[in-house]
Amino acid sequence: MEVFAFYAFALIAVVASVLVVGQRNPMYSVMLLITSFGALAGLYVLLDAPFTAVTQIIIYAGAIMVLFLFVVMLLNVPREEPAGLAAAIGPRSLKVGAVLSVLLGVEIVWALSRVGLAWFAQDPAATSVSSVALIGTALFTRHVFAFEATSILILVAMIGAVVVARKER
Amino acid sequence: MVPLNHFLILSAVLFAIGTAGVFLRRNLITMLLSVEIMLNAVNLTFVAVGRYLGTVDGQIIVFFVMTVAAAEAAVGLALVIALFRHRETLNPDAFTALKW
Repeated sequence: MEVFAFYAFALIAVVASVLVVGQRNPMYSVMLLITSFGALAGLYVLLDAPFTAVTQIIIYAGAIMVLFLFVVMLLNVPREEPAGLAAAIGPRSLKVGAVLSVLLGVEIVWALSRVGLAWFAQDPAATSVSSVALIGTALFTRHVFAFEATSILILVAMIGAVVVARKER
Repeated sequence: MVPLNHFLILSAVLFAIGTAGVFLRRNLITMLLSVEIMLNAVNLTFVAVGRYLGTVDGQIIVFFVMTVAAAEAAVGLALVIALFRHRETLNPDAFTALKW
């Protein structure tokens, strides 16, 4: 059952991501990316990480993607130049880029499949840590400096976004 | 239980798809979306490895990555709006000058 759920979610995530890249209309791309993020949230549930799954839905699918959708609708540019992908960047660069990306994928898969699994738990059920309380304790004790620094980052991003996007007169 | 390798390979595939999107697409918004795919692929690695190590640190790093992704999206989209105002296009090839 668990294996079946993994493959179902993995398939949804990969297909949706491929379509995000293949889509010409940015609106559909954003919608498909939300689908992909939903599938990833399912994978997080499989990994005993309900907190991360919920944050994925609320922050990523809920907040960040709505921001993207807002900008797509605001700019109202439904599609790329009608000439098409191959004409826009040249068929040769397209081929080189595709080959390089596939090569990168093969490389990472090869490297990851050689990871030594000796120090990982052989029976993951024995080391289940899914408690939100544990995450909160770690976040506000060991990682409290990073947590506070995050607030500065958000403040800077907020001011930066307003300054960059405002109309110059 | 699904072996760890499966999660790692899935995240590698997602990361490669995101890279392909950044390289192949000629639309600033789609390129930003591809960066989000790459961030999510790495998030999946963090959660999976943290789960198999029996620690919550992976999920905490994912929490911070999400915060940075939100900041990146806000600033990136503000830049896209500012650029679109100048050139009326989202094709990155139109933005070759640092100043105009």
